[in-house]
Amino acid sequence: MLLILLGVLVFHLVVLILLIVSTASSTWTVDATGHTDLWYNCHSDPNGYKCLQASSEDWIQAVQALMILSVVFCFTSLIAFLYQLFRLVKGGHFYFTSIFQILASVFVMCGAIIYTVMRPDSDKDYGYAYVLAWVAFPLSLISGLCYLILRKKD
Amino acid sequence: MLRVLALAVVVLLGIAPEPSQAISIYTGWERHALVGSDIRLSCSFFSWRFVSDDVSFTWIYRPDGSRETVSIAHYAGGEAYTDNKGRFKDRVEFVGNPKRRDGSILIKNLDFSDNGTFTCDAKNPPDIVGRPSSVRLLVFENLPIQAGVITGAIIGVVLGLLVLIVVIYYLMRFLVARRVFSLSVSKHGKKKKEGSQQRQLWTPPPLTCYPLP
Repeated sequence: MLLILLGVLVFHLVVLILLIVSTASSTWTVDATGHTDLWYNCHSDPNGYKCLQASSEDWIQAVQALMILSVVFCFTSLIAFLYQLFRLVKGGHFYFTSIFQILASVFVMCGAIIYTVMRPDSDKDYGYAYVLAWVAFPLSLISGLCYLILRKKD
Repeated sequence: MLRVLALAVVVLLGIAPEPSQAISIYTGWERHALVGSDIRLSCSFFSWRFVSDDVSFTWIYRPDGSRETVSIAHYAGGEAYTDNKGRFKDRVEFVGNPKRRDGSILIKNLDFSDNGTFTCDAKNPPDIVGRPSSVRLLVFENLPIQAGVITGAIIGVVLGLLVLIVVIYYLMRFLVARRVFSLSVSKHGKKKKEGSQQRQLWTPPPLTCYPLP
């Protein structure tokens, strides 16, 4: 029992870390000279390495908001899990935790989809933060569903 | 002893310097405006003295990318003077109230060539030592969405909805609990009515009084 609990908790933490790295790292698109989105566009010129703020178009702001919300919801679900671990009645389901985690996965999915569709430079490569976002989506969904079937014993 | 103290205080007050103190000038930092619109650039100052009759305001313009400056508005001796030769000819108007430490100007019918830095220099004699303050003017065709406005709006709406849902959930739970409580009371009332009807068919037993000990 304790092993399952530990495993679920570690899985949740891994998802949270993936989401935080994907949100905070400004590497959704990379090219030969630099990386760009979500927060900064950094390029290396012959003159040096320069960073500008990412364009404030509405779709980038929407992706920023969705990624931040997913991190917030994932963290809230972790807190809710720890709370329900000690306060839930025996045999109860972790509904709160599961709902928040599934909402977090929905937000990541929406953010990643919006970014994929609205990206202007179709010849540049995707960066690791973008890949992490797409990886975090199914993992967080699985984590949320885990909590749905998990039941509190003793 | 007291006399010495009083003398010392008087002397100190007497030789306390009465120099011109610094004056602090405030304008905005940056202003955004649309082409063709009017904009009011505000300038105010803080000075320890009352506003003197010789208070003066000077507005100086420096275009973007140029080092040359040109005066466009000046207020002194109760009179306002504005640009009548340069690019702001008939477009700038002094709308401040110097008696209230306000030296604002109004620039009408903005154009892209008005992008630049406007510096306000105020003097309130004898307080003349001050650092002029500058405000940068940016003229746009359509105002861009500032970074973070939509982000903040989306986050705020979603978190607000969440809080609302949680509050409504707990409220419903509370109300349903109450309704359950009131339901049982009404059932009780029905039972009582039936009981009283039954009692009317049934004669009550005679009361027996027991004397108090």
